[in-house]
Amino acid sequence: MAISDRTGRSTDVAVMLRVNGNARRLRLDSRVTLLDALREHLGLTGTKKGCDQGACGACTVLVDGKRVLSCLTLAAQCEGREVTTIEGLARDGELHPLQEAFIRHDGFQCGYCTPGQIMSAVALLDEGRAGSDEEIREFMSGNLCRCGAYPNIVAAIREVAAEGGSNARV
Amino acid sequence: MLGFEYVRASDVGETVATVSADPAAAYLAGGTTQLDLMLKDGVVDPQRLVDITRLPLRGITRRDDTLQVGALTTMEEFAADPTVAERLPLLREALLAGASPQLRNMATIGGNLLQRTRCRYFRDWTVAACNKRAPGSGCAAVAGPARMHAILGANENCIALHASDLCVALVALDAVVHIRGVDGARSVPLTEFYVLPGDRPDVENVLEHGELITQVDVPLLAIGARSGYLKVRDRASYEFAVSSAAAALLIEDGTVVEARLALGGVGTIPWRAREAEAILNGAPANDQTFRAAAEAALRDPFTIPGTAFKVELAKRTIVRILQTVSGAQS
Repeated sequence: MAISDRTGRSTDVAVMLRVNGNARRLRLDSRVTLLDALREHLGLTGTKKGCDQGACGACTVLVDGKRVLSCLTLAAQCEGREVTTIEGLARDGELHPLQEAFIRHDGFQCGYCTPGQIMSAVALLDEGRAGSDEEIREFMSGNLCRCGAYPNIVAAIREVAAEGGSNARV
Repeated sequence: MLGFEYVRASDVGETVATVSADPAAAYLAGGTTQLDLMLKDGVVDPQRLVDITRLPLRGITRRDDTLQVGALTTMEEFAADPTVAERLPLLREALLAGASPQLRNMATIGGNLLQRTRCRYFRDWTVAACNKRAPGSGCAAVAGPARMHAILGANENCIALHASDLCVALVALDAVVHIRGVDGARSVPLTEFYVLPGDRPDVENVLEHGELITQVDVPLLAIGARSGYLKVRDRASYEFAVSSAAAALLIEDGTVVEARLALGGVGTIPWRAREAEAILNGAPANDQTFRAAAEAALRDPFTIPGTAFKVELAKRTIVRILQTVSGAQS
């Protein structure tokens, strides 16, 4: 157990996360973000660290079904919560419809923002905010793509929305 | 940053007592400001962080013509409220203009009121001169390149902007903040909650250390009032305001009966434009009145070369939102 020099109190925290349906117990420094817990402690490197400061959306995951930024969330805050990452979307070797659509529409170039884009899009469909291209663009604005693949990202989301969304898959 | 003790709060009174008794303790709500400043910018450094997100302070209740909003209600939850959509368009538009869906799922209403400035000088600990971070050290922003800064309520000691969209709508609506302290509860109108920088930019509001915002009351607009929020920014979405305005007008027979106007992107605090409201009330709802109101609102700005453009921009923002809300131009 780590003890703070300045306070004499423990700076460790025990956390149980339900990640993609599996209970994961961790003992972490209190400063560890959900992003670092996923990547560094659980080996789930699909979730990306872009700006690490809440400005780019690359670290987007679902907590209890809502999209959030894992870089500005402490792992400790998620005690007992259901965390869904890009690794949790495929079922029985079959990609999620949005993953398929991103491939079909070439919704990425370097791919670094893609997991965040897809997680955000999963939530977008669940929120019922994919009614038009304009609406998709506005409510996907928290996910930046520096390659500029936006038209293809919008096309991929539009197609899945037209097919009835992906709600049943998360 | 150095390590801290993480504590999960379960009782409001107990939590307020704990934080009030420990000068090195701080609250953690949505985290979108607090963790940014702690973990990323390293400009605040509490030794004990009390996570209040599981306290029973979440949800919206309508009591007569007031919405009682729990402080831990998220921005997305607030925006989704049917009464907000029906009766308070300026509030819904301001909420949805802020941040991104991800951040709005995290950020709480109490936390939004207490969000810290985006001033890069404040958020960079290698900058020595910041009266807000290090009282008495000066202001690097006043003398340096600065654009996303305040022109109202500002002075040579501090030009840090209050960047909230939500609070602009809330001051226009005369929202009331409920506060719990060790000596009990009190309530403060949001228009009296913030403190102008003066010669103490480090003092931003009337809260004592350890006091906790528990609820925000939002009175509904009069039936028949029309309202909206206009945000002018450097990109179409997911960006802070360069200038913004929340307006509500009740118009009868072409005359403004009741006007509410508040400005964002220009003030050191969410800015209620009372001088402009005085011009609007009783005047014909036309462009001449709107321009006169805009002139009155921006009569006494404090500018530096980088922010001088905001004076005219803010005036045009006011005219445009008044035109839109009044129906003169959609």
